[in-house]
Formats: sequence, C-alpha cells, structure tokens
Amino acid sequence: MLEWWDSFWSTYNAVVFGIGVNAMLALSIYLTLSCGLLSLANAAFMGIGAYAASLITMQLDWPFPVALAAGGLFPALVALIIGIPTLRLSGVYLAMATLGFGEVVRVTILNLDFTGGPMGLNGIPQKTEFWHIVLLLALTLYLLARMRRSKIGRAFEAIKEDEVAARLMGINVSMYKLLAFVLGAAIAGVAGGLNAHYTFTIGPGNYGFENAVDILTMVVFGGAGNLIGPVVGACILGVLPEIFHELKEFLLAFNGFILVVVILYLPTGICDPRRIRAWWQHRKTTNATEAA
Amino acid sequence: MLEFKNVSKNFGGLRVLEDVSFTVPQAGIFGLIGPNGAGKTTAFNLATGLLRPSGGSICFNGNDLLHVPPHRITELGIARTFQNIRVFKEMSLLENVIVGMHDHLDYSFVDLLLKLPRYRRIEAQAKVRALELLSWVKLDHKANLTADSLSYGEQRKLELARALATQPKLLLLDEPVAGMNDREKTELMTEIVNIKNRGFSIFLIEHDMRFVMGLCDRIAVLNFGRIIAEGLPQEIQSNADVIEAYLGKEEAA
Repeated sequence: MLEWWDSFWSTYNAVVFGIGVNAMLALSIYLTLSCGLLSLANAAFMGIGAYAASLITMQLDWPFPVALAAGGLFPALVALIIGIPTLRLSGVYLAMATLGFGEVVRVTILNLDFTGGPMGLNGIPQKTEFWHIVLLLALTLYLLARMRRSKIGRAFEAIKEDEVAARLMGINVSMYKLLAFVLGAAIAGVAGGLNAHYTFTIGPGNYGFENAVDILTMVVFGGAGNLIGPVVGACILGVLPEIFHELKEFLLAFNGFILVVVILYLPTGICDPRRIRAWWQHRKTTNATEAA
Repeated sequence: MLEFKNVSKNFGGLRVLEDVSFTVPQAGIFGLIGPNGAGKTTAFNLATGLLRPSGGSICFNGNDLLHVPPHRITELGIARTFQNIRVFKEMSLLENVIVGMHDHLDYSFVDLLLKLPRYRRIEAQAKVRALELLSWVKLDHKANLTADSLSYGEQRKLELARALATQPKLLLLDEPVAGMNDREKTELMTEIVNIKNRGFSIFLIEHDMRFVMGLCDRIAVLNFGRIIAEGLPQEIQSNADVIEAYLGKEEAA
C-alpha cells in the first residue's frame, strides 16, 4: 500500500500541486464573477505574485511565508490602482481592458532586467510543500464561504443581478467591485507564489492570455454559482490530460470540445446545487409515482 | 421633506423637465400624475441620484442632493420601487429584503470572518425583521422561495418590502399598480395606507386615476415636463388644465 502510494506520489505530485494552485486561481475568478465582473486579469496577477514572491526568496532570502504574503500583497496593490479606472467598464469591455492589462504585464516582465527578461527566473528554491497548498486552499475556501453568507456576499450577488437596484439598496457598488477585484488579485498572487516555489522556473509566457482563458474555463466548466464548482472544474481539467495523455496533440482541441458541450448542455456548470436539487426531487417524485 | 426647486433636465436637445418645483410634505401620500412621457420617472431618477439635473436643486430634509451618490441618498432615507420591476430574481424573498438592510447590518469584517456573536446576533435579527416586513405585504409564507417564482403583483409587493428594509423616511413608488388587476389594486391600496399609518411618508407616481384620487393627500400634475397644477385631489379633479391634458381639448364647433 505504502509502496503504491510512494510511486503514485512521485509520478503525480506535480499534477496534485497543479490542481491545488489552479483551484485557488479558479476561486479568484469565481470571486470577481460573483460580483458580475468578467475580469481576465487574474493570470497576470498570478504572474505578478509569482515574480514578487520568487524575487524575495532569491534576492533577499526572506522566509517563505513573507514571500507568499508579498506575493498576495503586490498584485492586490496593482489591482487597487488599475481597478479604480477600469471597473467603471462592464461586460465585454471590462474583459477587453483586463486582457489588455495582462498583455502589458507580460511585455513589462519580458523587458525588465531584474525579472530575467525572456529567460525568466531560474533556480527558485523548492519550498512549497503539499500541506502549504492544502492549507491555503482551505483558508481561501473558508474566507469566501464566510463572505458568501454575509452582507458582503449578498451585496456581490445583488450587484451581479441588478446594479441599479443594488445601488438604491444603499450598496456602494464601486467599493464592492473594487473589493472583489483586489481580493481576487491577492488570491491569484498567492497561488502564483506557491506555483513558482515548486516549478523551479517561471517565465513571462506562463501568465498570458492562454492561462487566463484556461482558468476561466475551469470556472465555467465547474460552475460559477458556488464554491465547489471552481474546485471541481480545476480537478477535472487537471486530471483529464493525465487520463488522455495519448491524445497529447489534440488536448487543446479536446478541452475546447468539452467546454462547448458543457456550455451548450449545462450552462451553469457541472456543479449547480439548484439543478441537482431539482433533478433529485424529480427522481423522487417519478419513483413515487412508479411505486404507486 | 423633499423639495424640487426649478429643476430641469435635458437629454441632449430633448427637454424632459422644465422648471419643475414642488414639495413633498412630511407624512401622508403625495402623488405625481401625468400622461405617458410627461417626465414622472425622470423626476424619481433625479431624486434618487441615478440622474443629475441640468438645472435647479433638489433638497431632502435640508440636505442638498445634487452631488450625493445614490447609495448615500438611500442612507439619508429615500427608498424607491421601480416601474419595470427590479427584484433580485435568483435570490430568495428573504435575501432580497435583507439586501435592503445592507446599511444597517453593522458588523465588521472580523465579526463575519470569525462568526463572532455580534455577527450572529445581527444576522438573526435581520432575518426576523425581514420576515416581519414580508408579512406586511403578506409574502412571509413564501420567504424561502426564489423571487422569480412570484407572480407579477407579488414581485411588486416584494419590491415594496425590500424598499422598506432600507428604513426610509420617504418611500418613492413608481406606478405601484401598473399591470395589476382590480383585486390586486385594492389589496395594494390597503397595504400602502397601512404603511403610511406606520409613519412613512410616501411619494408616488401613477396613471390609474381612481387609485390616485382615493389614496393621495396632495397631487401635482406634470404635463410635457411642466407642473400644470398642484393641490388637493378634489381641486385637481376639477382643474380645467388637468382635464385638458388627460382628455384633450374640445374643439369649438
């Protein structure tokens, strides 16, 4: 048993780590979506967090928790600065602006010296342990769950459903949007810091458009209406490539295909408590009528 | 209580309100009536800060509302319902009403994060209060259903309960009986009177003359962006300008 576990772990620990980090990223997008914001900047925030954390460990040799905290703090500050002007936009316009921002971040990292330019950073100490990821993912889930069941979560949902009505309920809409955006950036940044400290190397190409879309895919796939959905999405989309690794060349097409199927037939994602409850009830009543 | 002073509003070249002045008195029900497109809803949008006047001033209990953002106006004590219903459709009735209490749920981030007693107490009180408000509009038995399962008339009532949850001093009702049948209208009329008797001031816009005449203590009439009459219901009913605006002028034979 133990032997089996050891061989499994040595083969697949990177996959498990990846899923954990992706789940955090998916939750960061969930957070902005729950406030009705379609932001594609989270891959860039992850990058900022990854670079900030790695540089602190490599250049200053400060302890890992400090590096991770900085990995959350830096993107949050950047989000605060760019959020104030851009969050006036809504829908696809916000998506375009945040996408543009992501590109600016990529090109900036590419052209700076202390970020290693196109070579990126190499030889980042491997400090991320399995339990770090579990702990931070659990903390993120706890934080978001608590917020969901409070006036903050209700304000987010009200804004998502009807911004004008939310405003007239006394909700400071721009403040709450900014909160979702900044907190999302912080979560993505911490995930970036964790990721950088087990992949050994990071580069400007790791945090581009494709990654932004990948993360969004996980959320849409899993379900953006609740906290379990994004985590399930990250798990399934993380495991699929391992199961279908013979399809390697077609993997991207395969992902796209799955996404299309989900959007067509399960537009609220795999995990939608409302649908599952309705389906359960339906089954119960049909069973009852059959029995009678 | 709410005072419009020489308010005008242009959308580009279109003058929607011109030099409009009226005062909604404390206590009682004030009605603003007028034909379609007279500018009634625009007046509400100005009062709640969704639009800014092109000229003139709007005061509420001595506060100039000109540069106050909508959520602050709500805090000052103005709440409203909408002509085209805007309930939060995917939330339960209870949550809809509790959203209205947003400003009054006075707990900190730490309170909610650690589920401290203060958070629990305030959330529990909010729930009780929300159920009470729902019972005012006779929807408490549906508190846990989602709002999109309600009928049109019920959604209007839910909006009313949600607006009351903001603890307003003045309640703005935008065509509260639009699209309702006679029975629903009579029901809502009683409920509005009940709300007035609980000490809320009410300012409403309406088409339905029978409803307005039976309910309002004072009425102002808006036509093509101007106030053409203001007074008691009886005075308005016999005012020649008002009759002309509503029924048209009789051509001399």
